[in-house]
Amino acid sequence: MLDLTPEDWTAVHLSLRIAAVSTLVTLPFGIAIAYVLARKSFWGKSLLDAVVHLPLVLPPVVTGYLLLITFGRRAPAGAFLADHFGIVFSFRWTGAVLACGVMAFPLMVRAIRLSIEAIDRRLEDAAATLGANRLWLFATITLPLALPGIIAGMMLAFARALGEFGATITFVSNIPGETQTISAAIYTLTQVPGGDAAAMQLVIVAIVISLAALMASEFFARRASARVHGA
Amino acid sequence: MVHNMLVVDVEKQLGGFAVNARFESEGGATALFGPSGAGKTSIVNMIAGLMTPDRGRIALDELVLFDRAMRINLPASKRRVGYVFQDGRLFPHLSIRHNLDYGRFMGGHPADPATFAHVVELLDIGHLLDRRPGKLSGGERQRVAIGRALLMRPRLLLLDEPLASLDSGRKGEIVPYLERLRDEAKVPMIYVSHDAAEVGRIASRVVRVESGKVTGMGGIELLSPAVMPREGGASSIP
Repeated sequence: MLDLTPEDWTAVHLSLRIAAVSTLVTLPFGIAIAYVLARKSFWGKSLLDAVVHLPLVLPPVVTGYLLLITFGRRAPAGAFLADHFGIVFSFRWTGAVLACGVMAFPLMVRAIRLSIEAIDRRLEDAAATLGANRLWLFATITLPLALPGIIAGMMLAFARALGEFGATITFVSNIPGETQTISAAIYTLTQVPGGDAAAMQLVIVAIVISLAALMASEFFARRASARVHGA
Repeated sequence: MVHNMLVVDVEKQLGGFAVNARFESEGGATALFGPSGAGKTSIVNMIAGLMTPDRGRIALDELVLFDRAMRINLPASKRRVGYVFQDGRLFPHLSIRHNLDYGRFMGGHPADPATFAHVVELLDIGHLLDRRPGKLSGGERQRVAIGRALLMRPRLLLLDEPLASLDSGRKGEIVPYLERLRDEAKVPMIYVSHDAAEVGRIASRVVRVESGKVTGMGGIELLSPAVMPREGGASSIP
C-alpha cells in the first residue's frame, strides 16, 4: 500500500535524523536550564524563563528569521562558528537541527523542570550526610529521580522536531536531500497538481512514526516511574 | 585514645523561634530529650550540616565541624556524621543493597564484605537486600536506614526519633537492635526522642531540651516527670 519514491524515503530518513539529533543535542542544555530554573534563585531568573519560553509563543517564522539573521553564513554568530569550528548551519541539515532544537527547547525544559521540582529534597539531604558531594548527589539521586520527566521531555522534543515546519523552512529553506523533512515534502507535494496521492503516503508515514514514538515514550516513562517509586 | 567528645554550642533564629543550645556528650548514647517542637531536630540538623547555625561552634574531638568565629563550616558530605531520619529516607530508585552501600561508596572506602555482612546480620535485613524500599514495612525500613548510616563508618551517629513513625508493636521490635547497636558498634550516638521509656532503654546520658534551650544535662533521672519544670519554668533556668 505504501509506494514511496526514493525522494520520499530521503525526507523520512532526514526527518528522523534531524529529530533524533536535535533531541539528543538539546538534552544536556535542557537538563541544565531546567535544574537552574527549578533550584536556583538569582537576578534575572524570570527573564531567563521568558526567553526559554519565547519559541513557544513566537510565530515559528519569526524564530526562523531570527536564526537566519544570527546564524546565517554572513551573520555574526554564523560566521564565527563557521570560521573557528567549521560548523555551518545555513541551508544544511544541521541548521534544521538547530531550528528544531530551539523550537522544542521550551517543551523539554518544562517537562524536566517539573520533575526536578517534584523531587523530595530530603532524599538529597540524606545523600549529603552519606558523603555525596554536589556532583555525585546530582548524578546518583537528582538525575535518576527526574528520569520520568527527562523521558517525557525528550519525547515532546522529538515530536516537536518531527512536526517543525515554519522555523526550519524559514532558516534553511526546503532543499530535497538536505533540509526537506516530511513536513516540508508534504507541503511541496500539495503545491504540485496531482501531488495529493504522494502527499497521502507521507501523511501515513508521519502518523505511524508519531504513534510509535508516543507508545515508546509511554513504555519507557512507565518503567522509569516504577523504578523511581521503588516498586 | 578516642574520646568521642562532642561539643555543641549553637544559636539559630527560625522565624519567631530561637534555638540556643549548649551541651557536651562523651561516647556512648546521649539522648536529646524533650517535647515535640522543642528544636531537637534543628539541633541535630546543625550537627549534621543540613542547617547552618547563626552563631556558635560544633566540634567532635579535635575536628571542628562548625565554627562561626573561625569561619569553618564543613559541608554535610564531609562531616561523616551518620543520620537516621524519622522517615527513613531510603533512596526509592536503589535496591536495599545499594542503599546500604551508598555511604561506603561515596566515602571512597574499598568494599568491605565482612563489615557489610556483620551489619546486615546485626539488623537482620539479609532477606531484604535485593528488594526496593517501596515495599518494605516501617520497621524494616528503619532497620535499613540504621544500617545505611552505620555502613558509612560515621564518626557520630544521629538518630532522630527513629521509632516515631512505627506503631508500638514495631517499636518493641526495633529497640533491641538499637541496644545491640549501642553496645557493639562503638560509635557515639545522639538519640532524639520525646518518649521517656524509649530513651531510658537506649541512652545513659540525657540532655533535656525545651523551647529551643537545654534545660538539663545528666543521667536518666532527668526522664522522670517529677523533675520536669512546670509550664513557664524553663526560661528561668540559664
